[in-house]
Amino acid sequence: MRKVAVIGAGMTLFRRRLLETGKEMCFQAVQMALEEAGLELKDVDAVVSGSAPDAFDGVHMKGEYLLDGAGGVRKPYMRVFTGGGTACFSPIAGWWHVASGLADVVLVVNEEKMSSITPHPQYAFANIWDPILDRPLKPNLVWIFAMEMNRYMTVYGIEKADIARVAVKNKRNAVDHPAAQLADPNITVDDVLNSEVMAWPVQRLDISPPSDGASALVLASEDVARQVSETPVWISGVGWCIDSTMWTNRDLSFPEYLARAAQQAYGMAKIENPRKEVDVVEPYDPFDYKELHHLEGLLLADKGEAPILTREGVTQRDGELPTCPSGGLMGVGNPIAATMGIKTGEIYWQLAGKAGRRQVPGSPQVGVCQAWGDLMQFSSVMVMRA
Amino acid sequence: MVGEEYRRWEGDMEALYVYTAGVAGDRFFREIRDNERLMGTYCPECDVTYLPPRLYCETCFSELNEWEEIPNKGRVDAITVAYVDDKGERLARPKVLAMVRFLGANGGLIHVVDLPEEDVYRGMEVEVVYLPRGLRKGSFLDILHFKAI
Amino acid sequence: MGRKWRGTPLTAADIAEGRVATAEWRPEAKYAWSAGESIGRFLEELQEGHLVGRKCDVDDTVFFPPRSFCQEHFVRAGEFVRLKNTGKVETYSVSYLDTDARRLEEPVYVGVISIDGAAEGMGFMHFLGEVEEKDLAIGMRVKAVWKPKKERMGAVTDILYFKPV
Ligand SMILES: [Zn+2]
Repeated sequence: MRKVAVIGAGMTLFRRRLLETGKEMCFQAVQMALEEAGLELKDVDAVVSGSAPDAFDGVHMKGEYLLDGAGGVRKPYMRVFTGGGTACFSPIAGWWHVASGLADVVLVVNEEKMSSITPHPQYAFANIWDPILDRPLKPNLVWIFAMEMNRYMTVYGIEKADIARVAVKNKRNAVDHPAAQLADPNITVDDVLNSEVMAWPVQRLDISPPSDGASALVLASEDVARQVSETPVWISGVGWCIDSTMWTNRDLSFPEYLARAAQQAYGMAKIENPRKEVDVVEPYDPFDYKELHHLEGLLLADKGEAPILTREGVTQRDGELPTCPSGGLMGVGNPIAATMGIKTGEIYWQLAGKAGRRQVPGSPQVGVCQAWGDLMQFSSVMVMRA
Repeated sequence: MVGEEYRRWEGDMEALYVYTAGVAGDRFFREIRDNERLMGTYCPECDVTYLPPRLYCETCFSELNEWEEIPNKGRVDAITVAYVDDKGERLARPKVLAMVRFLGANGGLIHVVDLPEEDVYRGMEVEVVYLPRGLRKGSFLDILHFKAI
Repeated sequence: MGRKWRGTPLTAADIAEGRVATAEWRPEAKYAWSAGESIGRFLEELQEGHLVGRKCDVDDTVFFPPRSFCQEHFVRAGEFVRLKNTGKVETYSVSYLDTDARRLEEPVYVGVISIDGAAEGMGFMHFLGEVEEKDLAIGMRVKAVWKPKKERMGAVTDILYFKPV
């Protein structure tokens, strides 16, 4: 397999509502990424499009719909979809285009426009449930996360305050992100603990917001990367895995499928001791507890240990394991697949030393990004090196 | 819910979508509503005018900021006649739809032609008929139909 | 870095008051999902007041809800087996949200209940009732409370909720 580098990243503002159509958001993100890579659309050999359920944008075959804004016209083009997991999975699809030798330069473009569905994106989420077993109970998708969070807290004896610290950290980190939707420099643990209960144990400030947004990456083969980029960031391992479709039959306290995906990625990247070797991590954090769950699934913390690391400051931007230095979904926003910009995109910027005010100290050399999706059963993982 | 041989469960996927027309679309519909004119965006790099207008050129990916008025006169490029509506119900009177291309523009518009089926032919010249000013809302339906010149 | 972070934020009022051009669409599709062999039988048995699972003949794992094939051994599933009406709360939530994200005055209690006689941890989602919020607990033993027989229609809602035993 050939070496593959990320040489440019871009993203739009993340906001509850943007004027731009999905195509226009894609265009803006791609323009920013190409500019950073110093390339033009004519240099691009193939395009990968990523987005979550069509039901948010309200356009079926969204990959086809977004095509021209994603720069895919008259090129090899495909859409990948693994729900929220698309945020790190479409970069993996981009990687295999280049690693296989099929393409030298690939654009990866992710988009979500969640404002189209009214009055609330919940109307689309309702259709994710099994129509016969779950939907007659008139469920709300938050239930499933609440039940997972409760099981996680109960099995490992975790305090809510320790989970709330993730929301506080990420919303504060997001103050330094120019695209952020829900940054808050003054938020406290008490604010989170006193926010409205949605579905216990999930409270309002435990949840990331729905957003409009797009993001883009430019991936290149080693030859091209060395020619055009002074700071290529190498993709050294990828992994993905999915658990049973019967969510009520899974153990919700530990994301076993993520541990498998992580081991695949670490194995490929020749990482033997992730806790020692990983310098910065962007786990998927649509809820505060998910960052903790994912740190454990990524084998960067023992089961039940991530809340303690958080309490001790290990996961702060200047801590030993900076976690979600971007501000994450909790702070920057959650346009599902487009969160690629604050996962794979952020790790690229961090390792390239281009993260500006968000830069973690000590010039990090190894970074990991991860996303989570389908019906809370899928994870995609990427290991990157400066 | 109980069939003879098998069981099934019925339901729907209820939602109301509100789509923004976007940066280019917003101006396009505003021009129709306020000025009764079709506007496209021009790519100087590729010498192409897009109708409907786009924010970017799909070929060279430049951002397009030059707007051009498209003459209100076009030619029928393709025709279809609908005998049923969007629910599959028979229409009282068949509806003639045409794809109309405009001189100097890349793309075209699809709309109803206000003529009987037998009077519409490929290559015929038509023009855009707008709703009266007060009724226009800034949408594609501000265009009433195409009529023969 | 001279990066351009772009996007044009709108408020809800910009859209409601027509300050930007929009188009509306309400899909009207109606669906009828076939229950298939295993879930079809499951619904039939619910109407009769029974919970039913299905066995994998390779290692006697009992799936609940029943499935038509084993995802581990990839063989067609075997016999249906009636299970007890009792089980254990694997997890739960106290929800103030209804299905449309509107706020409920009184919360509903919802949980995953694993059913006795099925493989370890195999369960389904249902409501919890006849219980105070403070008494809800993971690991709690519960029992199905059924609708009167003539009101049942072959649906998961033929069970009203699970109550503590
Ligand atoms: Zn052009």
